Amino acid sequence: MAAQNLQSVPAEPTPREQDPAEQARIAAQEADGQASFDRVMAEDSRIEPKDWMPAPYRKTLLRQISQHAHSEIIGMQPEANWISRAPSLKRKAILMAKVQDEAGHGLYLYSAAETLGQSRDKMMEDLIAGKARYSSIFNYPALTWADMGAIGWLVDGAAICNQVPLCRASYGPYGRAMVRICKEESFHQRQGFEILLELSNGTPAQKQMAQDAVNRWYAPSLMMFGPPDDDSPNSKQSMAWNIKRFSNDELRSRFVGMMVEQVRVLGLTLPDDQIRFNEDTKKWEHGPLDWREFQEVLAGRGPCNSQRLERRRSAHDDGAWVREAAAAYADKQRAKQSMKTKEYAA
Amino acid sequence: MIPQTPETTTGHGDISTGVAAPTAGGDSNASATRITPGNALRPEDIALEVRTGLTKPSEDIAEYALRLGDDALILAQRLGHWISRAPELEEDVALGNIALDQLGHARSFLSYAGGAWDKSEDDLAYFRREHEFRSVQLFEQPNDDFAVTIARQFIVSYYQFELYRRLTESTDATIAAIAAKAVKEVDYHRDHSAQWILRLAGGTEESRRRMIHGLRLMWPYVNELFQDDELAQRLAEAGAAVAPSSLREDFDRLTGEVLAEAELEVPDVPAAPGGGRHGRHSEHLGYLLAEMQVLAREHPGAKW
Repeated sequence: MAAQNLQSVPAEPTPREQDPAEQARIAAQEADGQASFDRVMAEDSRIEPKDWMPAPYRKTLLRQISQHAHSEIIGMQPEANWISRAPSLKRKAILMAKVQDEAGHGLYLYSAAETLGQSRDKMMEDLIAGKARYSSIFNYPALTWADMGAIGWLVDGAAICNQVPLCRASYGPYGRAMVRICKEESFHQRQGFEILLELSNGTPAQKQMAQDAVNRWYAPSLMMFGPPDDDSPNSKQSMAWNIKRFSNDELRSRFVGMMVEQVRVLGLTLPDDQIRFNEDTKKWEHGPLDWREFQEVLAGRGPCNSQRLERRRSAHDDGAWVREAAAAYADKQRAKQSMKTKEYAA
Repeated sequence: MIPQTPETTTGHGDISTGVAAPTAGGDSNASATRITPGNALRPEDIALEVRTGLTKPSEDIAEYALRLGDDALILAQRLGHWISRAPELEEDVALGNIALDQLGHARSFLSYAGGAWDKSEDDLAYFRREHEFRSVQLFEQPNDDFAVTIARQFIVSYYQFELYRRLTESTDATIAAIAAKAVKEVDYHRDHSAQWILRLAGGTEESRRRMIHGLRLMWPYVNELFQDDELAQRLAEAGAAVAPSSLREDFDRLTGEVLAEAELEVPDVPAAPGGGRHGRHSEHLGYLLAEMQVLAREHPGAKW
């Protein structure tokens, strides 16, 4: 019930009266704040919640962290889809624990975002209203058991490449949340790899299931790094603010390099015959990606967009009476407590 | 296995500590020390002991372990559905945790039971039919709304706590070890469900109405939990198991205390006849198993 009693800090300073002296004081304060912020950026150290920060920095972080939190929460759905049908009890336990971890990641990230002045309730409202984004990858369906392997190996693998540098993000609460999240994500990736390995070494039907899942998740996972650098307007500013450390294409290339090694161990193939290591640039290259599809899914026209939001909405709506009850009960308990305190005082 | 040296035992030559106080969830040494000193008991440990012939349950014990394993498995399957659908993220985590605990207990009991028939936990979970399951009917009841789920969990966790607490003293070392681990976890489940009973009963008019409804819906299945039969009695006399009827008094008293605090009545509803221990189930179990078993049965003999 953490969200109910949150004190909401305004995201941007509220304009005071038009008093020139007051304005001058604010201007001086802003200049001091900016100087100290610039120093932190130059030293590559950390901004904490109570520190002054430029409004666009706050806004960018809030957008990024809340989107990240939403991705964890929506990302529970494709995997939750297989909890009830997991083919062994051990796999069922591992999958349950994994999806539960994702709820935990969502919780850390919403908490980190709350330090920037927005309540979890508001973020959840925006998500349900379709105003907030989450990672597009979760709008693809998890069709077979092998998707649990491919999601772990490719999707969590891509997430790790993206997120490890975020452990050094300039905003303290975000960086610290990412440290813990990355530890668990790397565990998830190993589990995904293990699922695929077992399938690949299993019956022909199992191996085919694994290859089919890798074929379907490969391109969407490469697109998780975001549009190509020359089409990524926000990247430059995020890098200047020490939030983002490497460009989309740089991270994508590293990821391809990792996967190309690992897929051999799996005894499977990546559905891309143009992967190669460029000796001149010392970077891994891959075949063309369908960015039109990416934009379509982003615009809400993916295979599961409406299903994912509806599930979140119905869980939220169906649970409204429970949250109201918990809040009402907490209020009554507080009232009882303060009555007691008064009685003692009297 | 860490070999026990005389220095690490307490001088009794007995490394089992069990759960000391009847009300406590057990001390930190209680967990599974009978089997894997210094480590938490894992289903894999039991499977290994069974496979290597280090331990083998009698037919009676296996049947008993199957009952408890099936209860926990069916409940885990039910609770798992809440993950990604709970009223609050904290509850996705909490119900997920309870499901995981139950699944862990199920795996341990089923691994042990399978030792009598040369079957694995998965053989038992995925390749038995409806009438071969030995769970009581409460566990298979649908989740319905959150209040119904909480009502079911409340009954289950107070029942399981009393059961496992006593089973830590079982003459069967494996049953005792599984119970010693489980009782500590179930103690948290009691706390979780009791707190929600209080919140929902004392929250809003709607939540109180739903909580009362949930308890009325689940209470017909309480009786079956405490029905004795020949097997249970035989094992209870041997000190390996507990007669279900002997748990009733503590269950009634402790659940009664929570309900009284919540200003709720113990539901006055007729009891269902039960029969789950002998393979007679409600209409719900078939659907649950169909979903749980479908993939494993599509690929018989496959490893995952």
